Amino acid sequence: MTKLPTETQKKLGLVIDLDTCVGCHGCVTACKGWNTQNYGAPLSDVDAYGADPEGTFLNRVFNYEIAPHDGGPSQTVHFPKSCLHCEDAPCVTVCPTGASYKRVSDGIVLVNEDRCMGCGLCAWACPYGARELDAVAGVMKKCTLCVDRIYNENLPEEDRVPACVRTCPAGARHFGDLGDPDSEVSKLVAERGGIDLMPEQGTKPVNKYLPPRPRDTLDKTPPAALETVAEEATGFLAWLDKALERL
Amino acid sequence: MHPAPSVIIFTALSGLGFGLFMWLGLGAPDVYGMQAFGMFFIAYAFAVGGLLASVFHLANKKNAIYSFSQWQTSWLSREGVLSVITLLVFAVFAIGRIFVGVSLDFFGYAGSALALLTVFSTSMIYTQLKTVPRWNMPLTPVLFLLYAISGGALLSMQPRVAGVLIVVLSALQWAGWMMGDARFAQTGTTKGTATGLADRGRVRMFESAHTARNYVLDEMAYRIGRKHAQKLRLIAITLIGVVPALLLLVAPPSMPLAIVALVLHLAGLLTARWLFFAEAEHVVTTYYAHD
Ligand code: SF4
Ligand code: SF4
Ligand code: SF4
Repeated sequence: MTKLPTETQKKLGLVIDLDTCVGCHGCVTACKGWNTQNYGAPLSDVDAYGADPEGTFLNRVFNYEIAPHDGGPSQTVHFPKSCLHCEDAPCVTVCPTGASYKRVSDGIVLVNEDRCMGCGLCAWACPYGARELDAVAGVMKKCTLCVDRIYNENLPEEDRVPACVRTCPAGARHFGDLGDPDSEVSKLVAERGGIDLMPEQGTKPVNKYLPPRPRDTLDKTPPAALETVAEEATGFLAWLDKALERL
Repeated sequence: MHPAPSVIIFTALSGLGFGLFMWLGLGAPDVYGMQAFGMFFIAYAFAVGGLLASVFHLANKKNAIYSFSQWQTSWLSREGVLSVITLLVFAVFAIGRIFVGVSLDFFGYAGSALALLTVFSTSMIYTQLKTVPRWNMPLTPVLFLLYAISGGALLSMQPRVAGVLIVVLSALQWAGWMMGDARFAQTGTTKGTATGLADRGRVRMFESAHTARNYVLDEMAYRIGRKHAQKLRLIAITLIGVVPALLLLVAPPSMPLAIVALVLHLAGLLTARWLFFAEAEHVVTTYYAHD
């Protein structure tokens, strides 16, 4: 139900490495594929090949540019974003039907599609844009942390991780129990200084982001820019320029 | 936020309906028989009409019945439960006044309190959202309640009371717009906090995650130009308060003038409600904005 558990036995979630993510959108595609063929209503596309395409995705990759305050060269950061399975999930408590809930056993935030009435209030309550109402099914879709993979004994053991984690060619996505300080993911977060998104919203996200490592710096000054050869055209080119302008 | 007609009509009409109920429960105006029938008919039409409009907002209407279940945590659920209870309590009161000629005061007073609580829960659906800073302030419920009781006073043909109330309402609405303008900055949310990269430099959008629109953009990234909004605010405040107040408080009391005031007020209310949604910025837009 929509009352949040005071404590969950585990805090399963993702750790996303902004240093190694190459922005290939492989996780986006793997997520869409798995979640269209498995648990719940498929993630629909509307007018997919038309002028105004629209589709439901549970994970999307943004690209940002950081211009350092010291004026150094800018840096591009690929930024995957999916549900952060917040401890204080505002999307759960606002839900009037009891469709949204957070599991006590592992902390995963899910939507029971048989109860959802498609009011969209939970998507309004989420600061991260992690919920999308499916245009065809009329129910709220969100990252399930691939519940139908991680406990699935019909899959080979190495596949019992979220589809996005399994597919990432750069190893930028990690899955584990962030409630256990000795887990691999918790150690990674501690070592790399993992960050919360929009901490001021008070949602206490379980998912963490590993900030990009500092870039290498050159030990000598970079070569100066080439000298400008010609400011203004002269001779034939100048004549051509003027002639063309007059036309 | 996307100013969807269904939610604008829902909040505006149901607010007016419950506002009128509030006055009827207090016996103002003190009507019986056919006159009471007319008044209760209007109140039910607005309240039920508004609630029905809200159902059009649902993408999966067949599960709407479950929305009465989560009243312990959800304001939307509380709003549903309270509105049904209020309508039932007033059914008893209305039957007494219309058909029996008695005033069951207990039901009237209880109903009035419930009507106000219903409007309060409607306002809390929006006020509770920390993600929409413009709504997330104590003045939001105050305004919703004032809109309801002043509109209710207009509908119940109490020109003097309505006149005074809409003057207060107009002043507070203007203050609300001014305070709302500062809310987003007060939360401190920027692209830097949204990406967690603030301390590394100025974060800018390089490429969005998707070239096509999606649900998040459609619902939460509605933008209205500043100048445009300012003009609409002026229009809204003129219609909600300035002209109706002149008609009700300065001009000699007359039925046609009261009706003109009511019609103008309703147009102003719809404009203001449209602005309530159209002007509201959601923090998720920081992921999409260019700077
Ligand atoms: S990221 Fe959004 S949808 Fe996911 S738990 Fe947090 S608030 Fe809810
Ligand atoms: S859209 Fe569905 S899951 Fe979200 S708040 Fe409404 S009923 Fe609950
Ligand atoms: S955990 Fe599963 S549902 Fe969530 S983003 Fe990854 S692939 Fe998608």
